[in-house]
Amino acid sequence: MSDHITEIVIFTFLFLLVSGIGFFAARWRAPQDMAHLDEWGLGGRSFGGWITWFLVGGDLYTAYTFVAVPALMFGAGAAGFFAVPYTIIIYPMFFLILIRLWSVSHRHGFVTPADFVRTRFGSPTLALLIAITGIVATMPYIALQLVGIESVLKTMGVTGDSLVARHLPIIIAFAILAAYTYQSGLRAPALIAFVKDTLIYIVILVTILYLPFKLGGWGHIFAAADAKFKATPAPGDGILLNGNNQLQYVTLALGSALALFLYPHSITGVLASKNRNVIKRNMSALPAYSLLLGLIALLGFMAIAAGVKPLPGNKPGSLDSNTVVPLLFDHKFPSWFAGIAFAAIGIGALVPAAIMSIAAANLFTRNIYKEYFKRDATNADEARVSKIASLVVKLGAVAFIVFLDPQFSIDLQLIGGVIILQTAPSVALGLYTRWMHRGGLIAGWAAGMALAFWMLWKIPNAATGRAHFGGSAFPLKNFGFDTPKTVYVGFVAVAVNLIVAVVATFILRATKTPEGVDGTTADDYFADEGDPRVGHTRTIVETVSST
Amino acid sequence: MAERESPEAAPAARSDRSRWNWLLLIPIVLPVLTPIYNHPSPRLFGFPAFYWLQLSFLLVGVATTVLVYRMTRR
Repeated sequence: MSDHITEIVIFTFLFLLVSGIGFFAARWRAPQDMAHLDEWGLGGRSFGGWITWFLVGGDLYTAYTFVAVPALMFGAGAAGFFAVPYTIIIYPMFFLILIRLWSVSHRHGFVTPADFVRTRFGSPTLALLIAITGIVATMPYIALQLVGIESVLKTMGVTGDSLVARHLPIIIAFAILAAYTYQSGLRAPALIAFVKDTLIYIVILVTILYLPFKLGGWGHIFAAADAKFKATPAPGDGILLNGNNQLQYVTLALGSALALFLYPHSITGVLASKNRNVIKRNMSALPAYSLLLGLIALLGFMAIAAGVKPLPGNKPGSLDSNTVVPLLFDHKFPSWFAGIAFAAIGIGALVPAAIMSIAAANLFTRNIYKEYFKRDATNADEARVSKIASLVVKLGAVAFIVFLDPQFSIDLQLIGGVIILQTAPSVALGLYTRWMHRGGLIAGWAAGMALAFWMLWKIPNAATGRAHFGGSAFPLKNFGFDTPKTVYVGFVAVAVNLIVAVVATFILRATKTPEGVDGTTADDYFADEGDPRVGHTRTIVETVSST
Repeated sequence: MAERESPEAAPAARSDRSRWNWLLLIPIVLPVLTPIYNHPSPRLFGFPAFYWLQLSFLLVGVATTVLVYRMTRR
């Protein structure tokens, strides 16, 4: 540990600095009354362009992304670059679809996507399914942020032999995070995101300008990667896509983009902004992070050119490829700069973890607690329950990492991306049309989930020797096609989901099954800041009939 | 029943329908067309076409969202 002492000191200093900022955030843009979910859970719905840029950027581009994407490039090559098309596609989709969710939520005071579904389709059952899907998909994602921190700690040599000693640093880190999120709500990650993203931009700019020069130029870096992939027996790797993984590349990019904006934490970040123009302008500004991510992805190839060997994993004989980027910094930079880079990754885990736990807590509060336990919950009740729920969610995430193999969290996150996609017909299409029947949407959701689990179950992973849940690339030959091509599971599942929803809608309509009441009107989807109706009718829609 | 947003249902001031929105399809479709960019050359600063072309699609995305925002602002 001693040769990493500078790194550890800088890491700890910056970590404590942002913890202080996290507690201070409660007084930043302070409201008169914090005991309201709009304040604790959405930062007062008042964030302007800059704050939204840092908040949503810090939210979508997580520490795990920054560690796992280059790790994928390091291991598989071009296939890992899907992160770039994925984060290009997402912004025009946000621009068209999410803006409508902001408006209707602004008009009706919705805090979660399930709130919207409940009012739009008049179905607490459908809303419950959406809420549970969101919570289940988000939990492992929070746990993965801890994996991001751990990869850094491992590189700094901060590990122990016993279960407790090994995990003590992240338990402490998460306890502090839990405390300031409890106190400051969404304001904490919003303020910390300024520090986090500034650090990340500095680190990556320096890296991109300095390392290629030191490693003999970009041409040499790509040549080294090419040589490595040509030498391996695996057929799927290389610095270009091959005939068999292009479909997977494209469907994964599209599916991930659709999944990302259905994740509760992305929606929380967007709902916190103050008007439509803030969101629209950010759709042009947020791709700066995508450029950053593209450059970070290439760190995987730099690690190849620099001859980085990943540290051993938790199981004997395995390698933890998530350590390649931290190791690259450790080998190639002076220790003070490596310390800053590690802090950037570590703090980078805190921002999304905080927002995700707030988003999951809001789902629990609005769509489970208020719906099924206390119908007459006051604003103060909601804020209190949400604060406690955010603690429980973080405790759960830590338990995931401490007591279960981290691989389990990675598998669950993979599943999470696939299952959150199953909310697309209700949430994304629901913003455009109410043609589908609530019963049809429930049937489609069930069909999509069942198919997704079956497909994921059928995917083996040759590299780790596991028979199930080995990845998200489903071989089309399992469907009886005579081809070695693969496709992204989520994409197929959501297509089936949609077909079932449409067919079931026709059946339910033919049998005159009640459709429920739509609590929204056409022009709610264009409402903007200063809408005169906001505030008057907010609570009335909550009492619309039930299924 | 289905409540489609039609120009009659929503007053002009309360609609975000615009032909400009179709432009947003470009940055959604372009990154999906692997045959366009899955090539080693031409190289740019040592980057194979696969990498620099996809990074340049980012600029296409930014340009279209800026344009659509400006043209549909009211």
